[in-house]
Amino acid sequence: MIAELFLSGIVVWLAGAMASLALWRQPAAARRVTCGAALAGSLLDLAASAAAIFSGSPAVIGLPFGNPVFTWAVRLDPLSAYFNVTLAVLAAAVSLYSFGYLREMEGRRNLGAFGFFFNLLLLSLALVFTASNAFFFLVAWEVMALSSFFLISFEHEKEKTRNAGVLFLIMSHAGSGLMLIAFLVLASASGSLDFSSFHLLASRMPALQQGVVFLLFLFGFGVKAGLVPLHIWLPEAHPVAPSNVSALMSGIVIKTGIYGMARVFFDFYGAPPVWMGTVVLAIGVASALLGVLYALMEHDLKRLLAWHSIENIGIILMGFGAALMFRALGHGNLAALALIAALYHTFNHAMFKGLLFLGAGSVVQATHTRNMEKMGGLIRRMPVTALCFLVGAVAISGLPPLNGFVSEWLTYQALLAGFGTTQSLTRLMFPIAGSLLALTAALAAACFVKAFAIPFLALPRSAEAAEAREASFPMRAGMAVLAVGCVALGLGATWFVRVFDPITQQALGVRASSALVMARGLALSPGTAHGGTISTAGIALIFLLAGAAFAVPLAMRWSRRSVKGPVWDCGLPGLTADNEYTATAFSKPLRMIFSALYRPRREIQAEFEVSPHYPSAIRFESEIELTFEKRLYGPLRERIMAMANRMKGIQAGSINVYLAYIFITLILLLLFGVRG
Amino acid sequence: MMERLIDRMIENVTQLFLLLALAPLVTGVIRTLKARLQTRRGPNILQPYRDLGKLFRKGMVIPETASWIFAATPWIVFFSTVLAGLMIPMVAADAPLGLFGGVLAVIYLLGLGRFFLALSGLDSGSSFGGLGSSREMTISALAEPAMMLAIFTVAIGAGSAGLTEIAGAAIGQNWRFLAPAQMFAFAALALVLIAETGRIPVDNPDTHLELTMIHEAMILEYSGPYLALIEWAASIKQLVLMTLLINCFWPVGLQHTWFGFGALQGIAWLLAKLLLLSCAIVLLETVNAKMRLFRVPELLAVAFTLGSLALVSTFLF
Repeated sequence: MIAELFLSGIVVWLAGAMASLALWRQPAAARRVTCGAALAGSLLDLAASAAAIFSGSPAVIGLPFGNPVFTWAVRLDPLSAYFNVTLAVLAAAVSLYSFGYLREMEGRRNLGAFGFFFNLLLLSLALVFTASNAFFFLVAWEVMALSSFFLISFEHEKEKTRNAGVLFLIMSHAGSGLMLIAFLVLASASGSLDFSSFHLLASRMPALQQGVVFLLFLFGFGVKAGLVPLHIWLPEAHPVAPSNVSALMSGIVIKTGIYGMARVFFDFYGAPPVWMGTVVLAIGVASALLGVLYALMEHDLKRLLAWHSIENIGIILMGFGAALMFRALGHGNLAALALIAALYHTFNHAMFKGLLFLGAGSVVQATHTRNMEKMGGLIRRMPVTALCFLVGAVAISGLPPLNGFVSEWLTYQALLAGFGTTQSLTRLMFPIAGSLLALTAALAAACFVKAFAIPFLALPRSAEAAEAREASFPMRAGMAVLAVGCVALGLGATWFVRVFDPITQQALGVRASSALVMARGLALSPGTAHGGTISTAGIALIFLLAGAAFAVPLAMRWSRRSVKGPVWDCGLPGLTADNEYTATAFSKPLRMIFSALYRPRREIQAEFEVSPHYPSAIRFESEIELTFEKRLYGPLRERIMAMANRMKGIQAGSINVYLAYIFITLILLLLFGVRG
Repeated sequence: MMERLIDRMIENVTQLFLLLALAPLVTGVIRTLKARLQTRRGPNILQPYRDLGKLFRKGMVIPETASWIFAATPWIVFFSTVLAGLMIPMVAADAPLGLFGGVLAVIYLLGLGRFFLALSGLDSGSSFGGLGSSREMTISALAEPAMMLAIFTVAIGAGSAGLTEIAGAAIGQNWRFLAPAQMFAFAALALVLIAETGRIPVDNPDTHLELTMIHEAMILEYSGPYLALIEWAASIKQLVLMTLLINCFWPVGLQHTWFGFGALQGIAWLLAKLLLLSCAIVLLETVNAKMRLFRVPELLAVAFTLGSLALVSTFLF
């Protein structure tokens, strides 16, 4: 049953891809086919993977083809199924949204090609999450990377978009290269490309090889996940894509890196040495903090969200790092807690980041700009979009009672418990990571005050914003699905943690949910000896009851005594949008406090006619420095270009020379083969 | 089972009453004491109650530019603060709503209130509101890591992050306060308390319409009952943080249960300790001048350093 559902999902996506390509001359039909197939495929995939999580034994989905080179090998074990559920829920909401979102592009862009790559991306994602053979995995991975590339560069007439696409492609392939080496090392040790032959294999290898393979996988998958310092493509590529694609990219495509790490760290490795967990934890902290710090300086709404993806990947990695360390130290239950925290946050991030990108997409479509400084007052013009975006903003800031709070709380609990697990100095890592997580979360809250308030509140800052129109019904429906998801994953935390039992059972041999759920499902506990409890459902219930009992009746009574009046404007004639606080002004204190990191540069030019005290025009320019781009990748790029220049010499352009090269290579390989 | 439920109800109602009734008094006591120390006569101790009563009876002016966020914020701030207050041990170690959340939930509920307050500051479009929101979010973000380090230290000492367990572990061990880790953590948390409640040297609670203001700038557009709710919530937040500080580090007089003579004794101890802490705050506010905004990060860096010292001393001593 599971196999049939999964396969029909794949077939529907494939058919959708082909059909929309065939219909490229009829934009309306192409749009319906694209979104319909994507939605249907997602629902089938959701049914298959939800059933697979609880089915007990992993579902091996065979097909009657395959040859020594290309093998169809698909296996839905709990971990794969969990990531597939994440994919399916997000993809369903995004497809629903796309019904409305793509309408604007009808007749102006090739929706057939879009639909082809869109469905192909969903298909390849499902296969990446389920492939059980290294070769098949890498093929699915490449299909995913290429279809992402074409979707990112969809609006290719802009140079910025093309550059972002190329950067994405280069980084992505650098990552695949590292992964390929790591898989080859594993394959040569096991004699097979099958994932099941890799199970616990890495831990049996010599220490040096083990470490090298670990780092290759960490950085290989890290490129896709957007870890600092491999993140540079992410804030370029995610914003330039169409917004429904951005939602998928940030929501699920970068999670393939997380999936890969989970697969390697908790399936291929048994009990890894402590340093591996330490490295992952440290990289997680760095990504989380730098991601949010750069996000704060951003006033391009979609770029801001992209930086937050780096932050959230960091938070997920903190959970992974803690889980690895606990496993190395022999604390199975704590490892399960940390792993649950990381995976829970993975799902949560897919929900709220998908939601925020869809919201941003609606806003960008309505105002024709990504610059927050030109928005404002949209809550009145677009009430549903505003409410959905607010839900996403509260959730991503980790505030109770929504889902972000639950997974961050679990992460804190894992870090808190970590201090007692070892006597060595490594234990200091845990509280320091915890306090930096607190800083990250608080800065994220500051950033989302800005990201919600500047576009949606106060007066419109441009004519486009003043005339913005609410998003169409399918777009609102797509956002509503994800907003409900954020609320449900927050309030239903005690119900949802049971999903992790099969995963932790398979990865660590521990079923944790019975220890995590307390007071008949009302409260969540970390399952450690004394961790305190939390009840998001209880908090929400109290808010609702208090609101119904006091807020509503009193507010109605007070509204009779209230009048509308102008805002205090210091006696100047009338408040205009020019007087409002801007996004740049909002983050100015932090720009000054962290100036050592940002190295801000600003330039003010005032033009005046009579006296400098009465300027007729002022030009203000402010810019921050992206440290990694400038100090790490700048020199690297120069080095590579210089090397390429030097290698130009062997490119003679004559076919005889190339034939000679091939001949020499062949001889060398033969000699090598004979010797070996 | 039924009896247990009724007991819980009584605890909840008593603590709720204490929170709501005591909070303006603490504000009043601090104001009066501060005035006396500065050889002014100052307002009556009960003035905050009168202010609240007056504001609740007044009408309100809602800015034309504001959205529903402006009307929802006072309620969210008020409810989240009170809810956080019910999660901390005040009279007995057993917090009435301890099951609903521990110290992390308290911090994040206060964070929820702050989030909406900052939104409402930007909602009206007034530049003052934006200025206040920006500063409030900056300072609270910088205070967070120090607070978390101090709490980690306390939790490590007590073996738990549950406030009930922390207070329970501390009852009857008065020496614990003198342990170096606890003292450093106390100092760190005290600095955070000053920043979070907007007191001198971080913010001046007595200013209106000054360019240095933070909290007051954010709520400048509020009037009437909504302003009363926000002011009340601010004093409850101050009471919650003060109680958290004294009951985690100096649990003298904290009771095991809520009933009988013990509860009265517990309330008496709580009042005495609050008075003492108020005196310390008054002294600090009087001998210090307000800092420039960009000096505040340095103060919070000191708090962070103290928190780190606290952590290191947990296994040095």
